[in-house]
Amino acid sequence: MIDRSRLSLAFIQIFIASLMAALFGRLFFLQIADGPRYREAALNIQSRDIVTPASRGVIVDDIGTPMAMNRAGLVVTIDRSVIDKLPDKGIGVISRVATVLGLEYNDLYIRTRICPELPKDQRIGCWNGTRYQPIPVTKEATQAQALNILEHSDLYPGVNAEPVSMRNYPSFEGEYATHVLGYVGPVTDADLNNTDGKSYFRNELIGKAGLEYQYDSYLRGQAGIKTVIVDRKEAVTRQSQNTKPIPGDNLILNINAKLQSVVEAELAASIQRAKSLGHRGDSGAAIVLDVKTGAVLAMASYPTYDPNIWENGITVKQAQSLYSEKTAVPALSRAIQGAYAPASTFKVISTSAAVRAGYSTDASYNCPASVMIGNREFKNFDSKAAGRISLKTAIAISCDSMWYQIAYDEWVRDGGLKPKPSPNDYFFTTAKGYGVGKKTGIDLPSEISGRLPDRDWKKAWYAQNKDFYCNYKARAPKSQQTQLLLDIARENCLDGDKVRAGDAVNFSIGQGDTLLTPLQLAAAYAAIANGGTLYQPQVAKAIVKPDGTIVKQFKPVVNGTIPADKKTISFLHTALRAVVTSGTAAGAFAGLPVEVSGKTGTGQVFGKNWDGTRKGDTSWFASFAPSNKPQYAVVMMVSQGGFGASTSGVGVRHIYEYIFGTNGKTSVMPNGVPTSLPTIDTTKFGSFAKKTTSKAVKK
Amino acid sequence: MSMLSSRSRRDIRGGSRLMSGFDHWLSGAVFGLLAIGTALVYSATKQWFASNGLDPQYYLKRHLINIVIGLLLGFGTTLIDYRLLRAYTPIVWGLGVLGLVAVLIPGIGDTVNGARAWIAFPGGFQIQPAELAKISIIVGMAMILAETKESDHYPTHSDVVKGLLVAAVPVLLIVAQPDLGTTIIIAAAVVTIIGVSGAPARWVVGLLLVAVLGGFVAVKSGVVSDYQVKRLQSFVDPTADPQQSGYQLRQARITIGSGGLFGKGLFNGPQTNGRFVPEQQTDFIFTVAGEEIGFLGCGLILLLYSIILARAFAIARRTNDIFGRLVCVGVIAWFAFQTFENIGMTMGLMPMTGVPLPFISYGGSSMFATLIGYGLLQNVHLRTR
Repeated sequence: MIDRSRLSLAFIQIFIASLMAALFGRLFFLQIADGPRYREAALNIQSRDIVTPASRGVIVDDIGTPMAMNRAGLVVTIDRSVIDKLPDKGIGVISRVATVLGLEYNDLYIRTRICPELPKDQRIGCWNGTRYQPIPVTKEATQAQALNILEHSDLYPGVNAEPVSMRNYPSFEGEYATHVLGYVGPVTDADLNNTDGKSYFRNELIGKAGLEYQYDSYLRGQAGIKTVIVDRKEAVTRQSQNTKPIPGDNLILNINAKLQSVVEAELAASIQRAKSLGHRGDSGAAIVLDVKTGAVLAMASYPTYDPNIWENGITVKQAQSLYSEKTAVPALSRAIQGAYAPASTFKVISTSAAVRAGYSTDASYNCPASVMIGNREFKNFDSKAAGRISLKTAIAISCDSMWYQIAYDEWVRDGGLKPKPSPNDYFFTTAKGYGVGKKTGIDLPSEISGRLPDRDWKKAWYAQNKDFYCNYKARAPKSQQTQLLLDIARENCLDGDKVRAGDAVNFSIGQGDTLLTPLQLAAAYAAIANGGTLYQPQVAKAIVKPDGTIVKQFKPVVNGTIPADKKTISFLHTALRAVVTSGTAAGAFAGLPVEVSGKTGTGQVFGKNWDGTRKGDTSWFASFAPSNKPQYAVVMMVSQGGFGASTSGVGVRHIYEYIFGTNGKTSVMPNGVPTSLPTIDTTKFGSFAKKTTSKAVKK
Repeated sequence: MSMLSSRSRRDIRGGSRLMSGFDHWLSGAVFGLLAIGTALVYSATKQWFASNGLDPQYYLKRHLINIVIGLLLGFGTTLIDYRLLRAYTPIVWGLGVLGLVAVLIPGIGDTVNGARAWIAFPGGFQIQPAELAKISIIVGMAMILAETKESDHYPTHSDVVKGLLVAAVPVLLIVAQPDLGTTIIIAAAVVTIIGVSGAPARWVVGLLLVAVLGGFVAVKSGVVSDYQVKRLQSFVDPTADPQQSGYQLRQARITIGSGGLFGKGLFNGPQTNGRFVPEQQTDFIFTVAGEEIGFLGCGLILLLYSIILARAFAIARRTNDIFGRLVCVGVIAWFAFQTFENIGMTMGLMPMTGVPLPFISYGGSSMFATLIGYGLLQNVHLRTR
């Protein structure tokens, strides 16, 4: 009897021993075999990184004048995770904060919205982060405003105010340089998820445009990371690691702030002049390059705006006007993002092409009032005949009709509408050699390449538009079914993939489908000036550490050599000088003691403005000086600005007066282009605080 | 004669010198666990209370008081010959049932973690009648199954039925709380006692089948409350309820796993100090051990449990008294299954149920009950010739 009991006891003992063995085995598996994995998991649960952004490097001009600095601001943040829980969803808090800060309720409302919460077209100024981090609504609170908020925490739940470092563009010389400098902004989810290998921390400020974007990895420095161990309620229990932030490197530019200021002012003045002459003058660009290196000494785009509006908290109205057609899209950098028909400034390229095709620069050419190409009459610019003239004179007075004949003859030689298997295409290949249709590679983001309308482009264009033109009657709106447009459509449908005689003729005078950015033209003229080297335009000169150690010094980069021999370049120098002494720009430059060589351009533009009016002509002036020993290339372009000489020519003349200190002006660059790096001492600029101007967008 | 004298000598020694004649290996292992448990309870609560500006030794002090009371109860249990306890068994059983009834009355019973299992007393002390009911069920079952006509007979079917009735009343009351963990442990003890009693084997097989089917039906029919179903689900799939049960189980496993061979050192566990595992001074105290004293420390704990169980088996084997043996195997099953359930739960071997770790977890009722259980083992040992 007891044996049965003992037997059961033994069974149970074995069973329980096996349970204990199971615990041992499991324990071994957890702590020893799989221990490292769990240690890693535990660390992830317990540790939090507190990121202290590094102080951002300053940006200075060629002689050390700060163009971008940091200053202390007071940030006011609103915590959505707190205010969303209020009965009114935080409406009251937002409106009280708006009142205290003197802001529009709507602006503040949008700033506290996570971007996807808003309709797509109303997202400017929205918060690009998450709902769970305090959202900065202004960095420009005054002491009084901050105190008001902190002292009445019952009125402002979820609202906080604290000191913060903010980016500031001090405009010491009155320059904006907005499109060059760019701006900074908070890290967005898109930035965090990008695949370009850059890693950011959520609370860092990063470059969003311009140089701030281009050189962000240098300027930003390395954020300090303090790792703390937290408990389940996120309370810090201890600190495990602490790395100090490493301040960002400073950026020295080729740009001269004084010159930049002058160029901006002269561009604006030229636009005013265009307006006073009865033109629309909606936008423009002006560039000064060092022809010997490609260094960008000044680069302006109009309309512009105070770059500080981004950091100070952009208002909805400001944001809308930045991208509005009615205000001519101030956000757009015309110098590198605007493409225009270069018109007569293109004739330097046509001359080089003609020389390559066997035409002599010493010969004389007929300049009739018009040339018949097929059944179309191509008129000279002013429809006047100049008779038989030298090529130099033809360029000086900007004869178009002589180019029609040469371009047509060359087109025929290449086979016309039935092109030879390998046509010479002197005009296209020469333009390509001058950089047409190719980005210059300037150290700024979002540069466009313009357009070289060669045979390949034509084919691509046709592939895209064939369907439309071949079904024009069905596809085009009734208002666009005039006889002329119908004819053009039929032509495009028939042989839109071919370079037609008209295309070749238009190309030779920089019209038709040809588009250049002002910077591309400036680089081409700089190449002519320096004897043929096409440099990559470069805004940054050097990157230096805060202690002055040079991190990187940018050497001139050669993009290529223009397809023009010495004799051609020498001829171009003579001809471009003649433009200024006795040609189309003679009036604009009369009385300037510095010898300038240049070319006017007045480009026809097709299409309409947003209000339905026809687009006006593009006014160009491309130049270099001094003529005998070129140092600077200056290009100005005014969209819908009228004639090249009277609008842009005069503007460029004034810029030269400031560069050389003539005609009663004080030189902005008395020592020329500096050869050595400046020392950076922001302290000598003392305390400063530049407020957003009430009219942020210059008009 | 010699039998008599040796017995009287034992009685005298037992009465005159504390713990003489005790199984010292058993006592040593229990005291080892009490010491480790004290350190772990202190570690689990020190930082938490200190950072809230409270007395960091609050739990330590109360735990020590519980141990002292528990030891007194345990020693008290050894004083009277366990065979005499039989006379008190109906009273012990009746008190247990009374407590279990009381706990279900709103106003008297406190609800913690979904189970109405506590009776609150003034001064912040709480009693969990289910813990003490374990003892009354074990002793009650042992008494009925041992009291067959005399030792020549195994329990009859009617004896087993009577025994089951004795167990069924408190078990049903515990199920009503509901306290799944305690129910499982009692069921295990009941089946073990019946098995060792020599009752027909078909009872053991039948009861095991009933337990499996019953558990299945209980879950499906909703007798088992939602939170218990969730706990079971998160055992099967830890991502099912990540914020609650799944969270706890995941955190427990991570905390134990991160301890490694030597652990982070007592009081130095970041997971413990961060209180990432809830209930870490009671049901999840093994995670503190896992993190802070590592595989070696935890191995020692398992070793001490093994010693206790081995000694208890030895006592059960040595006694010829069937009542004493059944009490022993009841206590063995209780300790073993509760330990396995608790540690297995923290390591992801068992579903989550709220049972404390014997001799280690903070908690008065459990401490009292387990030390009384220890007293019962020593009592049988003392009275075995």
